[in-house]
Amino acid sequence: MGATRNSDVDLAACLGPGADEPVRSAGGLTRRQVMQFCAGMAATMGLSSAAGVRMAEAAVSAARPPVIWLHGQECTGCTESLLRSSHPTLDAILLDVISLDYHDTLCVGAGYQALDYKHAQMEKHRGKYVLVTEGGTPLKDGGIYCKVGGKTQADLVREAAEGAAAVIAIGSCASWGGIQSADPNPTGAVGTQAVIPGKLVINVPGCPPNPYNFLSTVLYLLTFNRPPELDTQNRPKFAYGRLIHENCERRPHFDAGRFALEFGDEGHRQGFCLYKIGCKGPETNANCPSIGFGDVGFGSWPVGTGHPCFGCTEKETAFRKPLFALATVKTLTPPTAYPQVDAMKGTGITPGAAVVIGTVGGLAVGAGAMLLKQMGNGNKIAGDASNEQGSP
Amino acid sequence: MTELSRRQLLTEACVGAAAVATPSEAAAIARPPKQMPPDAVGMLYDSALCIGCKACVAACKAANGMPAEIPAHLSDWNENTWDSPDDLSGRTLNVIKVYRNGTAEKKDREIDGFAFVKRHCLHCVDPSCVSVCPVSAMRKDPVTGIVTHNPDACIGCRYCVYACPFGVPQYDFNNPFGKIAKCQFCSHLQKVGKIPACCDVCPTGASLFGTVRDLEQETSRRLSAPAGTSYQFPRGRLGDNRPPNEAPVPSYVKAVYGLREAGGTQVRYIAGVPFPRLGLPAVPPVSPASLAEGVQHTIYQWLIAPIVAFAGLALLVRHNLARGRSDDAPETQGDRP
Repeated sequence: MGATRNSDVDLAACLGPGADEPVRSAGGLTRRQVMQFCAGMAATMGLSSAAGVRMAEAAVSAARPPVIWLHGQECTGCTESLLRSSHPTLDAILLDVISLDYHDTLCVGAGYQALDYKHAQMEKHRGKYVLVTEGGTPLKDGGIYCKVGGKTQADLVREAAEGAAAVIAIGSCASWGGIQSADPNPTGAVGTQAVIPGKLVINVPGCPPNPYNFLSTVLYLLTFNRPPELDTQNRPKFAYGRLIHENCERRPHFDAGRFALEFGDEGHRQGFCLYKIGCKGPETNANCPSIGFGDVGFGSWPVGTGHPCFGCTEKETAFRKPLFALATVKTLTPPTAYPQVDAMKGTGITPGAAVVIGTVGGLAVGAGAMLLKQMGNGNKIAGDASNEQGSP
Repeated sequence: MTELSRRQLLTEACVGAAAVATPSEAAAIARPPKQMPPDAVGMLYDSALCIGCKACVAACKAANGMPAEIPAHLSDWNENTWDSPDDLSGRTLNVIKVYRNGTAEKKDREIDGFAFVKRHCLHCVDPSCVSVCPVSAMRKDPVTGIVTHNPDACIGCRYCVYACPFGVPQYDFNNPFGKIAKCQFCSHLQKVGKIPACCDVCPTGASLFGTVRDLEQETSRRLSAPAGTSYQFPRGRLGDNRPPNEAPVPSYVKAVYGLREAGGTQVRYIAGVPFPRLGLPAVPPVSPASLAEGVQHTIYQWLIAPIVAFAGLALLVRHNLARGRSDDAPETQGDRP
């Protein structure tokens, strides 16, 4: 929240006069629009607004970084998801922020013409271009199950990775094989990292991944010339650092024991927790509940719409665990609102109460002692009196 | 009775009490322990499987018509929306608590770890609450072994609250017409062929219903399975064909709580951390009811205790009367002119 507010201030300071005139190198976007986009991206990654300014500078600089985009075994869902990003639209990104020199789906050219262009660009920008892989790579039987232009996908990835400044694997297939690597994995599909073990591959898993996680990673690379902070599976921490379970809007239902037991039952209609019908949120790291999908507002993600998370960003979950099997709850720490087994009951005696009780008790004891003494004396006196009366 | 003889009496009484306190003497005095009915039903609560989702707490409240409970320290942000009982009470028959140590990073680890525990009636084989109840409001079912409470018979003496070694029966002190509340194993549901609500909803099979005989076999299977291997944890009722929860075997503490505690209970616990850590009290293996009933039924047999007490009192009074007369007589005679 703070970052957004600061970025507004910085934006006004940085934009200067003519903020709403289109910038030529930004392909028709105004400077204000570019700044807003980059500030938003920086906020997504939890970076300062200054980083947003630097990103904007990197994004509108004349030398747009070339990108080579390879497709392997996949459904093109990652590209389709990216095409639907709206702030800004993908065409603005592809044409203005980066120079998308080759993309199997989006190429205007076809056949050898497109491939020749790819080779030319790879030679021209050797050591500078960003390689994006989408889809798994089959290795079984020499990798013959996925070929483009007569070459296997494995060879194409190795060839393109050799001269790449950075490699990003978009989607679960490129990250670790995806659906085609599920048992029995007939084509021996693997992720990009397994094909080029010597090179760092930034994984942006998801089926499809959120386009803004990908765009943020690209902009980070452009701005700082180094990958963002990564977790043990090389996923950017800004997007995959938290469990879905931690930020899920249905989490209070989990903590209160309110569960949908089957699709369409009363609990499901009430929006209860989906854990019991197989939600993998408790073992899946992703920012889906925080940023949603499709830019249509709150709740636009699988759990928000009433379907359990299937763990698409986790290597060991999606396509490996049964859809409706229970997740392993990776609680970071136990919930704080739960009663403790060793909780103190009551608060003990207060000093005031001790004084009152002590005083009253002491008085009672003292009064009792005095009374007894008086009684003893009284008896004696009474006895003496009776004796005296009886004596005459 | 002279000063000396009183001291002797007291000394002997103390020695006698000490002798009663030794286990062998206690076993000699205690009546024979009651036996579990052959078809007794029970529950296996597996703390290592529990994920602390509180589904059982919510289901218990719904099945038994209990109101939500919001403790004072949570009421500022939780105004009657989120049932979050602190402990068993007159409005809560079943509660999930958490053991937390140090950084509480890993589940089922004693140091720097955490674990969940579920508290409710353990349905003792030889229950103290049934033993102390003066009006038989607490009863143990001869077939299922479930300990039930009949509020219409209850006089609200709350002996059961003090007698229970596990702190289970609770009185609703906030209600001028308060009642005793206690888990009755959803016996109203069992009558219509259902199972206790907590076992019915448990997503992982941490609360498992079944006959004690079957549960004992399941317990030993779990404790003998090597940690880390895959295991099909049954859910709901043992023996039903519900889909099991397939999960790796946790590393258990190789002990069963409830096997011997207070003469055995029909609800058993297994866990990944030692039981005292989970707040489960250390209870001797002898049923307090068998010891108390042994003592009481011995000294009150043929009205021995009252007869001895009244005889003693009569002797004392007679002795004092005689002494009083002898004390008075010479004095009055001496004072006479």
